[in-house]
Amino acid sequence: MRIFNRWYFPARLAWRQLIHDKPKLIAAISGVLFACVLVFMQLGFKDSLYTSAASMPLKLDGDLFLIHQQSEALWRTVQFERSELMRTLGHPAVTEVAPLYLSLAPFKNIDTRVKRTLMVYGYDPDIDLLDVEAIKTMKHALRVKDTVMFDEYSRPEFGPVRDMLNAGKNRTEVNDYKVTILGVFQLGISFAADGNIVTSDLNFMRIFPNRNINEIDVGVIRLHPDTSVSQVQSELREQLNEFVKVYDYDQIREHERRYWENVAPIGFIFNFGTVMGLVVGMVIVYQILFTEITNYRFEFATLKAMGYEHHYFIRMVFASAFILAILGFIPGLLLSNSLYDLAESQIFLPMPMTLEKIATVFAFILFMCATAGFLAIHRLKAANPADMF
Amino acid sequence: MVINVQNLNFSFGSGSLTQPVLKSIDLGIQKGEIVLMTGPSGSGKTTLLTIIGGLRQASNGSVVILGEQLVNSSELTKVKIRRQTGYIFQQHNLLKSLTALQNVCMTLELQLDLTESQRQYRAQHILAAVGLEDRMHYFPEALSGGQRQRVSIARALAGQPKIILADEPTASLDRQSGHDAVEILKRLAKESNTTILLVTHDYRILNIADRVVELEDGVVKAV
Ligand SMILES: Nc1ncnc2c1ncn2[C@@H]1O[C@H](COP(=O)(O)OP(=O)(O)OP(=O)(O)O)[C@@H](O)[C@H]1O
Ligand SMILES: [Mg+2]
Repeated sequence: MRIFNRWYFPARLAWRQLIHDKPKLIAAISGVLFACVLVFMQLGFKDSLYTSAASMPLKLDGDLFLIHQQSEALWRTVQFERSELMRTLGHPAVTEVAPLYLSLAPFKNIDTRVKRTLMVYGYDPDIDLLDVEAIKTMKHALRVKDTVMFDEYSRPEFGPVRDMLNAGKNRTEVNDYKVTILGVFQLGISFAADGNIVTSDLNFMRIFPNRNINEIDVGVIRLHPDTSVSQVQSELREQLNEFVKVYDYDQIREHERRYWENVAPIGFIFNFGTVMGLVVGMVIVYQILFTEITNYRFEFATLKAMGYEHHYFIRMVFASAFILAILGFIPGLLLSNSLYDLAESQIFLPMPMTLEKIATVFAFILFMCATAGFLAIHRLKAANPADMF
Repeated sequence: MVINVQNLNFSFGSGSLTQPVLKSIDLGIQKGEIVLMTGPSGSGKTTLLTIIGGLRQASNGSVVILGEQLVNSSELTKVKIRRQTGYIFQQHNLLKSLTALQNVCMTLELQLDLTESQRQYRAQHILAAVGLEDRMHYFPEALSGGQRQRVSIARALAGQPKIILADEPTASLDRQSGHDAVEILKRLAKESNTTILLVTHDYRILNIADRVVELEDGVVKAV
């Protein structure tokens, strides 16, 4: 009880002082709320970037993946010989291999005729490389010359493709080549590509006449169900040419994620934004605590004259900081949640409000307020009881 | 003796700017005594009071309060003395974000082994004793000057201190409420045998004192 009261009493006094001056309390809460929303948005965009960057390999149905070692990311691949992939069939554990062709290309909006770049996937439809049901059911139709399927989750600038198809308008151009859209599927976009279409390997070569069927972007390998993926992986590494990287499922996702985190300056930009948000919030909270202590220094000196010790006031300052952290965090969380929903509906980026993210931001905000409190306590020295009479 | 000051010298500033304020002060006050101190402005009354209350550090002579030597004392000793001393300031010095009751409880919250209901009970009781039972939940800004000073008397007495130090408690009050406040203070102090040292310029309240001393130019004179 005594230990509890050692924190409870100063916290209660801090609370009473905070709520006594409502305009200042609102200003302080707004400062924390601002920092909170800023950090949530930065982290949200950052995570969204990484998950969506990984959303293509996420749907790739394979055990091992070959890419050229100079391929920085799946939208910036360096092609390699198809024969490298075929050589892996010599390994007894390999059951099936399939080349994947990738390229960015302009897609003409059926409605407005404006062109915009999206990602084109080309592969043999019989292989079911993308684990997407809508594509699998259309695999026979996709073998027909000059047919594609369109990702419904592409950005709206590509036009209302589903409505167009229902209205019978299914002809457009990809890379200035006329194609027919057979239907839509759902995959999701990334920072690299605002939209996706899928076509057969042969159609891919027709759309991109300067591409060669023997120069592939990704090689997908499927193994016997009960083989050790890592063992086959290391065996293949020794067999294959050294410029070919052999990744398992997690590694290719990690490769993609690392590109966005390190090679692209995007990770840095978001981290910088997070730090700036916390610094601004910290300065605001510090200012509030500092003026609070200044305004209340006669009251603190009175309390000191009554026998209150210095640590009581230090606890008060940290309690104020903690209260402001909580009061700013709750509305900040609610507001950020709506902004996440808004971002999902307006810019079509997946922005989940995960428990982990909530905990991370709360820890950041607590740290921010504690730092502000720590910086503000030096101001307590202004409260000298000898000057009270 | 509750307060025993001997040969106390005190000066502000240092070097050539040294300004002596108290000059070999001797002052002894017995338990339960009510002593009033008067003297011209600038004679050092407030300075002496802050030294006796453990708010200001003296560095020579002897100041023994409740058996503790305050000259060159540690912070711990001073805090101990402050907790056994009730202060009444010239300005009421109430906490403006707390109600009258909560202000009085601030004294009691220093005694960590009281329960919340004991604190409430004692604070209400002492506020009733100063005639404020119907103003307990008022904030200081909603109280009159005399009521505020009565709250601060209640706050000083609530912790059952051994000593009350008061610095011109009636200065900001009109004649009647000043007199009422001091009468209440005297009655409650006599009930609990509390020692009072009260600084005042107000000659109308001299009659409550057991003894009056005068401080002139840093030297104590009996009257
Ligand atoms: N903090 C200080 N620093 C320097 N000098 C001070 C300080 N406080 C008081 N003094 C000086 O010490 C002298 C005594 O001051 P003190 O406040 O004790 O007088 P006082 O008797 O209480 O006067 P009053 O009746 O006007 O309240 C004054 O000359 C004053 O200028
Ligand atoms: Mg004075």
